Amino acid sequence: MRAILALEDGRLFWGKAFGAGSNANGPAVERVGEVVFNTSLTGYQEIFTDPSYAGQIVVLTNPHIGNYGTSPSDAESGRPYIEGLVVREFSPVSSNWRSTEVADEYLERNGVPVIAEIDTRAVVRHLRANGCLRGVISTAVEDTDALVAKARAHKKMDGTDLASVVTTKTSYAWDASEPKNETGDALLPGVDAGAKETLHVVAYDFGIKQNILRMLTRENCRVTVVPAKTTAAEVLAMAPDGVFFSNGPGDPEPLEYAVANVRELQGKVPLFGICLGHQIFGLALGGKTYKLKFGHHGGNHPIKNLATGKVEITAQNHNFNVDPESLPEDVVRTHTNLNDDTLAGLKHATDPMFSVQYHPEASPGPHDSHYLFRDFRKMMEGWKK
Amino acid sequence: MPRRNDIAKILVIGSGPIVIGQSAEFDYSGTQACKALKAEGYEVVLVNSNPASIMTDPEVADRTYVEPLTLAYLEEILRVETEMMGDGFVAGTTADSSAALRNDSQKGKGNDNGQGKGNDNGQGGNDNGQGIGKGRGIFAVLPTVGGQTALNLAVDLADAGVLEKFGVELIGAKLEAIKKAEDRLLFKDAMNKIGLDMPKSMLVNNTSSGLEFAAKLGFPVVIRPSFTLGGSGGGIAYNREELMEILARGLDLSPVHECLIEESVLGWKEYELEVVRDLKDNVVIICSIENFDAMGVHTGDSITVAPAQTLTDREYQRMRDAAIAVIREIGVETGGSNVQFAVNPQNGRMTVIEMNPRVSRSSALASKATGFPIAKIAARLAVGYTLDELQNDITKATPACFEPTIDYVVVKIPKWQFEKFPGSDETLGPQMKSVGEVMAIGRTFKEALMKAVRSLETGKKGTDDGIDPRRLRQRLVTPSPERLAYLRYAFDTGMSVRDAARYTGMDPWFLHQMKQIAEELKVVAEVGIEKIDAQALLAAKRMGLSDERLAATFGVKEDGAAKVRALRKKLGVKPVYKLVDTCAAEFESLTPYMYSCYDEEDEAAPTAKKKVIILGSGPNRIGQGIEFDYCCCHAAFALREDGFETIMVNCNPETVSTDYDTSDRLYFEPLTLEDVLAVYEHEASGGAEIGMIVQFGGQTPLNLSLPLKAAGVPIIGTSPESIDLAEDRKRFGKLITELGIPQPQGAMATSVEEALAGARRVTYPVLVRPSYVLGGRAMVIAYDDADVVRYMSTAIEYSQERPVLIDHFLEDAQEVDVDALCDGKDVIIAGIMQHIEEAGVHSGDSSCVLPAVDLTPEVLETIRAYTRKLVMSLNVIGLANLQFAVQRGTVFVIEVNPRASRTVPYVSKATGIQLAKIASRLMTGRTLKELLPEELASGKDLSTGEHFFVKSPVFPWGKFMGVDPVLGPEMRSTGEVTGVARTFGEAFAKAQTAAGLHLPVKGTVFFSVNTRDKESVAPLARRFVEMGFKLVATHGTADVLEDAGMQVERVFAVKEGRPNVVDLIKSDRIQLIVNTPSGQMSVFDEAAIRRAAVSARVATITTLAATRAAADGIEALQKGEYHVESLQELHASRGGSF
Repeated sequence: MRAILALEDGRLFWGKAFGAGSNANGPAVERVGEVVFNTSLTGYQEIFTDPSYAGQIVVLTNPHIGNYGTSPSDAESGRPYIEGLVVREFSPVSSNWRSTEVADEYLERNGVPVIAEIDTRAVVRHLRANGCLRGVISTAVEDTDALVAKARAHKKMDGTDLASVVTTKTSYAWDASEPKNETGDALLPGVDAGAKETLHVVAYDFGIKQNILRMLTRENCRVTVVPAKTTAAEVLAMAPDGVFFSNGPGDPEPLEYAVANVRELQGKVPLFGICLGHQIFGLALGGKTYKLKFGHHGGNHPIKNLATGKVEITAQNHNFNVDPESLPEDVVRTHTNLNDDTLAGLKHATDPMFSVQYHPEASPGPHDSHYLFRDFRKMMEGWKK
Repeated sequence: MPRRNDIAKILVIGSGPIVIGQSAEFDYSGTQACKALKAEGYEVVLVNSNPASIMTDPEVADRTYVEPLTLAYLEEILRVETEMMGDGFVAGTTADSSAALRNDSQKGKGNDNGQGKGNDNGQGGNDNGQGIGKGRGIFAVLPTVGGQTALNLAVDLADAGVLEKFGVELIGAKLEAIKKAEDRLLFKDAMNKIGLDMPKSMLVNNTSSGLEFAAKLGFPVVIRPSFTLGGSGGGIAYNREELMEILARGLDLSPVHECLIEESVLGWKEYELEVVRDLKDNVVIICSIENFDAMGVHTGDSITVAPAQTLTDREYQRMRDAAIAVIREIGVETGGSNVQFAVNPQNGRMTVIEMNPRVSRSSALASKATGFPIAKIAARLAVGYTLDELQNDITKATPACFEPTIDYVVVKIPKWQFEKFPGSDETLGPQMKSVGEVMAIGRTFKEALMKAVRSLETGKKGTDDGIDPRRLRQRLVTPSPERLAYLRYAFDTGMSVRDAARYTGMDPWFLHQMKQIAEELKVVAEVGIEKIDAQALLAAKRMGLSDERLAATFGVKEDGAAKVRALRKKLGVKPVYKLVDTCAAEFESLTPYMYSCYDEEDEAAPTAKKKVIILGSGPNRIGQGIEFDYCCCHAAFALREDGFETIMVNCNPETVSTDYDTSDRLYFEPLTLEDVLAVYEHEASGGAEIGMIVQFGGQTPLNLSLPLKAAGVPIIGTSPESIDLAEDRKRFGKLITELGIPQPQGAMATSVEEALAGARRVTYPVLVRPSYVLGGRAMVIAYDDADVVRYMSTAIEYSQERPVLIDHFLEDAQEVDVDALCDGKDVIIAGIMQHIEEAGVHSGDSSCVLPAVDLTPEVLETIRAYTRKLVMSLNVIGLANLQFAVQRGTVFVIEVNPRASRTVPYVSKATGIQLAKIASRLMTGRTLKELLPEELASGKDLSTGEHFFVKSPVFPWGKFMGVDPVLGPEMRSTGEVTGVARTFGEAFAKAQTAAGLHLPVKGTVFFSVNTRDKESVAPLARRFVEMGFKLVATHGTADVLEDAGMQVERVFAVKEGRPNVVDLIKSDRIQLIVNTPSGQMSVFDEAAIRRAAVSARVATITTLAATRAAADGIEALQKGEYHVESLQELHASRGGSF
């Protein structure tokens, strides 16, 4: 069955449909979103289920997707969040001892359309040259002009609060005992001998990835996940040892409520932010954010830790960035992206708060930056004393 | 950390001759390392005995020693080089670090110590901080780019105290790290320490403890000898008897008499990660590689795929963490290493198999697969740089400190040549047997796999070639070179993926891909060539199916591929070219490194510059080795200098030619007519002036030259018609007759009857061989009708177009090789090489010497005159290689090859004149008058100065047990070495030493010579007696020697009784064997003697000419002097120019 990817500038790519809408007898499926590409070689299921991808159609540059199937323990949230998937070749079979469901069935069951057998490298080069574009994936391929028009008519991500759409509706305590929450990473540092005392972390969910929760658990933290719009006062009432600001989809600017919460919590309790959380820190500290041409999405970006001079290979997934020039003097740049020299991490000179633009929880991606969770724990321990 | 300014000079150790397990990949990595270090301003000294390598080109290093890679010669080089530094020399840290090692080698502290002190020392010796340039500073040795050979030598140098004696520092990997990685026990302890799983194992040094442990583990068990190359001597034992056999052999082959008995992880998935680390402990993974073949087949013999295809992120990251932990624990401070893992497909249990603390075959593959130049980066890391200080060569905008990501699939398939070794066991196991490899890049695994298959040049067209359906299951279960063909057959005939996976142990995902190809072919066959539309044809091409394969599927026999190509053109189905860019198009790439695919967008538009396309030589194989890659690279270097855009097409990942730095544009493509034509058409589409060079890549491009020309490709240099004429017996024979040059009588045959008639007409003995071959594939000397019949019925395939060639064989002749340059007007004789073995031994397997040592001036003049006549009448533009045989003063021409030959790099290094560069310039219309005016005016051969250059072959006997190690017209050597010295004897001794055959300085020499040689054996034997040797001989030879007044111990020939000569060899009573073959009569004896000699590693000499050379060599060795001289000094001393 044929499918089409139509971009807002009129460029069309025809391919073969998989996943939702690929059944010739079923209804056609059409999805609109911002088209981004991710260069990770592994971890497609983690990408599908990362809520930060809400509103986005994802092009994966690894030409073979689906090879190892899917398994519940590789999900980063309750369901896939991507609007659609664009790949070179989609495996109709899976081969891995952990696999419980073929990727095709998994995405079909979750209503995600896939367009395969297209020149994904051409799509990536087009996005590289033209920046982020809105696009439509459709299995109704006749009226291409209408599809392009739909892409153009789609509301741009900039200025939209997507976090409040994907956040949890109610607070909950993260259950570390659930079997699927085991990380299975034998080489990760176990619970620190000095970390016998359990600390309480309140985590703002703007689209949080579960591996962040697992990593906090590993640092012997009890985690309470709260909705994006929970007030600072409510959080403080939970008597947290630290507050975490999660990753999430889209533009940080419209998240004024979150920015206000950071300002209120700053200096009162240790704060740690990742990705969108980092951008919110940037704004709260008086900086500005801007949109990158086509973002950073992948698992191979070198980040230099400016304190140690060492380089971490990191997982990245963001379209917006904090402008380092806009930050006041009491904000310290801690990490730099070596590919394009963009700001990758910051901390406050005196208050206990730090954040990184990338994903130390990985999943998918390298584990080089796991130490940041340990740093957060140490910060909380230090603050308690 | 920036560049270390405390280092002044660096010795790079090369890997020596091409052998199985150590091939062109170390020429690639060594060349990269030398160039990178030189560019950094260090004085670079190189030692490598392999003359065919690019790395031994005089420009690559400041001083290049083509000397044997042994402790004694290395010590002498270190002595000479430190002396040369004089007052500028600052002692390095070896003394400290090896002392530390001895004290606490188990504690893992030795190298930290060493490093710290090294820096302090260096700073002290270099207080102004501007050490750039030559002079004051530390002398360092880089042992990590020359394979196992260099690593072992570094260990030897350290253990013998040589590094300490000269105050030389090891960089790249410290002694302790090398030992920890290489010593299985230390490695196991290290893995235990960091909590990594390994297969259960025990080191043993005798068979009884091996048996005991194997009983505990349960069979099968794996046996791995310590410190051997490419897993030599290893095996899998399924029962006690096999274990005893393999273990005994393994213990014998291990230099430390030690083997590992290991729990079998047969059938597990096998992976490899390429890891790079810098001095600041930044670690990156360059590439993950997944083996198509499950555990049990040596990685070098496995089909491998990059990136890994069947690992979830969680599994992959666990492996990545483990690889990083391994490199840290082993303590490889800088540079590349690879770590191998096995994963149980049932439950994910991951075990570490091994790590190499150096760049390897896999790192060359990973470099080509990703565009990340591991060796080049590793060399710069070894001198202090950190990854974030270095640039990504491909993007030129992002740092080298990252992990490449790729948006295509890479497949490597090994190239085996069992047909060269009749009687050898084709089963693949833990010991590597392949001689080369191909790599292919496609957008999908299917496309890459099919491109790789056609890159192999197996000559097979369909899937059913040589398939025996009755053996299907056995052929799937037991790994062999034919397994892939059997898999294709299995899917063609409807086998399920599940069954295929059960038989092969391969991952079902890979097998499913193969099944999809089989299904596509069925669809194509049903549609037929008449009805197929553009979309369906495109779908087939996207699976990587060649025009030829599709034609066979369509059932189009006559000109099938051409018809499919024409149809593609009509339907607009043509390949596009995409870039290998390290980053999946995230950043713009400025490096034109391309592969073809049938996707939508082309991103490699041709430029407007005038261009030359150079066709490479494909996979390394016996008879077509790196010499041809050397020539292709030189063409690229020279023509780039001359302002051409140089374009390389090749599919061999090991070589320098497939380094994106070598030419202006690189197409990593199969060397088939379809793929080469596509590249040509793509490049020509820009309208710029264009020419193609086919005479440098050996037989592979030559086979394409006529069809390419017919398709309108402008071939420059000697015309394809001339090349064809030289290979066409009838026409060539006619030409020779017209020129009045003697040649052995010849005949052609396409049937047994014709062959017998021909053989009788030209008179026995005769040389029988197929036409159009290189490296003498399937050649034999036949002494009677029975031999001819046997050959015609079993040995080869022949046809009307490809008849069998029969020549009278000149017994007792002296063979001579000539390389010549010609521009159509003038001829320069580059070198006249005299073979040391008698005629009949393939020229590639024969030792030879330059200049010739005992040809008369008249013979030499005749050879020159014939050479001039022949190359002029063949209209050679470029290089030609001629072979002559001199029998009792008469010069016969054997063959003329109007193309680059195996000896080009050797002659270039001996003369200091780079023949391939000149030849490529001649092809673009330049002249000898312009390029070599003085040499032309003198009318003399190119000078080799005061020195003798002996080239000797290296054989893979150790890998093919049970094969008769006899020399003949079939080439069997994998590589070669050169010995350079002021006397012929010393040069010969050096070459033998470099080839791993140690000439003895004392002991017993065994003589057994044929009737002809009995006349001249006595004076030779006497020389050995005078040098203090004892003599042992078989009865006939002993009679002669006793008659001449010498004392001889008599020994039985093998068939006569016992104790016979084989018993003496086995009990170490013989140190040198002189055994000249006596035709058909004593074949059995000779085979038995040589077999025993090979396993006892006793030098065997098969001609009196070589025996004479050996006597000279032994005389030189007895003086105990080791002279070393660099090529640059040799060339400068006679005013040679490069």
